[in-house]
Amino acid sequence: MELTATTTIRKPAPEVYAFWRDLENLPTFMAHLEEVRTTGDRTSHWVANAPFGKDVQWDAEILDEAPGEKIRWRSTGDADVPNAGTVRFMPAPDGVSTEVHVVLLYDIPGGPVGKAVAKYFGEEPHQQLDDDLRRLKQVLETGEVVRSDGAPWGKRARKEFPQRPAQPLSDAEFAKGAEA
Amino acid sequence: MRANTWAGRNKVEVRDVPDPRILNRRDAIVRITSTAICGSDLHLVDGYVPTMQDGDVMGHEFMGEVVEVGPGVDPDRLRVGDRVVVPFPIACGACGACAAELYSCCENTNPNAGIAEKMFGHPVAGIFGYSHLTGGFAGGQAQYARVPFADVGPLKIESDLADEQVLFLSDILPTGYMGAEMCDIQPSDVVAVWGAGPVGQFAMDSARILGAAKVIAIDKEPYRLQMAERAGHIPVNFEEVDVRSRLLELTGGRGPDKCIDAVGLEATHGSAHIATYDRVKQAVRAESDRPHVLRQAIMSCRSGGVVSVIGVYGGLVDKFPAGAWMNRSLTLRTGQCHVQRYMKPLLGRIERGEIDPTRIITHRLPLDEAERGFELFKNKQDHCEKVVLKP
Ligand SMILES: NC(=O)c1ccc[n+]([C@@H]2O[C@H](COP(=O)([O-])OP(=O)(O)OC[C@H]3O[C@@H](n4cnc5c(N)ncnc54)[C@H](O)[C@@H]3O)[C@@H](O)[C@H]2O)c1
Ligand SMILES: [Zn+2]
Ligand SMILES: [Zn+2]
Repeated sequence: MELTATTTIRKPAPEVYAFWRDLENLPTFMAHLEEVRTTGDRTSHWVANAPFGKDVQWDAEILDEAPGEKIRWRSTGDADVPNAGTVRFMPAPDGVSTEVHVVLLYDIPGGPVGKAVAKYFGEEPHQQLDDDLRRLKQVLETGEVVRSDGAPWGKRARKEFPQRPAQPLSDAEFAKGAEA
Repeated sequence: MRANTWAGRNKVEVRDVPDPRILNRRDAIVRITSTAICGSDLHLVDGYVPTMQDGDVMGHEFMGEVVEVGPGVDPDRLRVGDRVVVPFPIACGACGACAAELYSCCENTNPNAGIAEKMFGHPVAGIFGYSHLTGGFAGGQAQYARVPFADVGPLKIESDLADEQVLFLSDILPTGYMGAEMCDIQPSDVVAVWGAGPVGQFAMDSARILGAAKVIAIDKEPYRLQMAERAGHIPVNFEEVDVRSRLLELTGGRGPDKCIDAVGLEATHGSAHIATYDRVKQAVRAESDRPHVLRQAIMSCRSGGVVSVIGVYGGLVDKFPAGAWMNRSLTLRTGQCHVQRYMKPLLGRIERGEIDPTRIITHRLPLDEAERGFELFKNKQDHCEKVVLKP
């Protein structure tokens, strides 16, 4: 499965590049990631979120990078869901913003992991990546992922409707958090 | 706290709900001292805006005192104790739209942007108390509200102006003003405004301030037309006269130079069969909005004129007079108000006595009587023009 998405961020390309290049930042906006740990100059360990498939983890390596312009990576070893990605950063015509173009490739296996991944992406798989990039934009332009009463859990917001009502959370509901 | 909530079509209910809390670093909590009911709230209650849910706290016109700020709020811009008017669109101040002062199109404040994008092609900003399509933010017909990006939008009121003089800076005064501003008014212009509701009244006053030669008010409620007439505008009752003929008469056959639609998707029509056509289509969801006013404004406007739309449309319309629009070189301008753009200059005009926003207030009710306020406002009972609620 190949997913592409793009957004424009009102920050210079070196800054957007630097944020992405610190791969440990990816889980702040990519919904399917729980954690990314840097293990070497070009290597890292990625842990997926439960809805993506329980205990799905893999190692990855950066294949190619051009500061301020491009990063290309792929999973290594026998990943449960072999995957690869490229992100390009291009100055926007306004002279202040950066266009971010992302391509992700997933080699979705059979079995329960494949099912979980397919379920995670649903009928409109590109929607997930679009939402990831919307959050990247929020984080870089405003400092964090924006929350509302209807969607209070940031990147764990479930996109399905109905949401919880647009009404403040009770203490109990707040304590329970996103899994409630 | 107490809050007025959406309880299904045609039903609002004041209920006990949890107090709001800080969810983002740049949030503030505002203790609301005054809040109002808007024509936009009627579209929600009447069921014309999708994605409302039972229990949604309503209201997007409110002001009050800051009682708590998140750790990310810039103390040079906002502190606990400040008295603020809160603009209805939530804007981040940092995206491309905000940089272009298109605050109601802010690219970052709608957590449900994906849904809005499906409906509108591109997403729109978060709005308080205005469905999940615009983010699912609890509104301000309540004792307290959480205000995101509190150091961007809210306007501090440092003078001793009463709540009622500044409350409408949250929406309808800037909205009416933007409606007139989009008309690019020239001294020789005759401006016709459809709708003598609160938004229409402020559009008329703004057209006058911006230099129009003549301002015409079109509605069917005699008391609303009288209110416009008292403010110096020329009333036209669309149930009593043929609007087009009357407008031609008032403009020497030219048609108004600029036309403002301050009615939107629930327009009623003097001509029964056209009204029925749109009502039926709306009922079976073949058409989501009833565009009588938009059609009439386009057909009436003089060639080369501007049709400025501030009445709200939600979805699709039928029989849009594209031929008239195109062949007669009309300009169509519109938008949810970019309130943040207008708050300071309009506060100045209020302070200098150029505008009296209080002239439209007919009812002041405790928040607990919000349901009655909605009835009065919706059904035009007791000469209701604008309801201010006191939490
Ligand atoms: N663009 C924005 O940012 C913005 C902000 C606030 C409100 N609004 C919209 O502005 C509109 C007016 O708001 P309001 O608070 O004044 O509402 P309102 O319901 O009090 O006023 C609407 C008026 O239009 C009149 N009307 C109905 N059909 C008509 C017709 N065919 N011709 C002439 N008049 C007709 C009604 O009698 C009523 O007096 C609503 O659609 C509201 O959602 C837009
Ligand atoms: Zn309003
Ligand atoms: Zn913005």
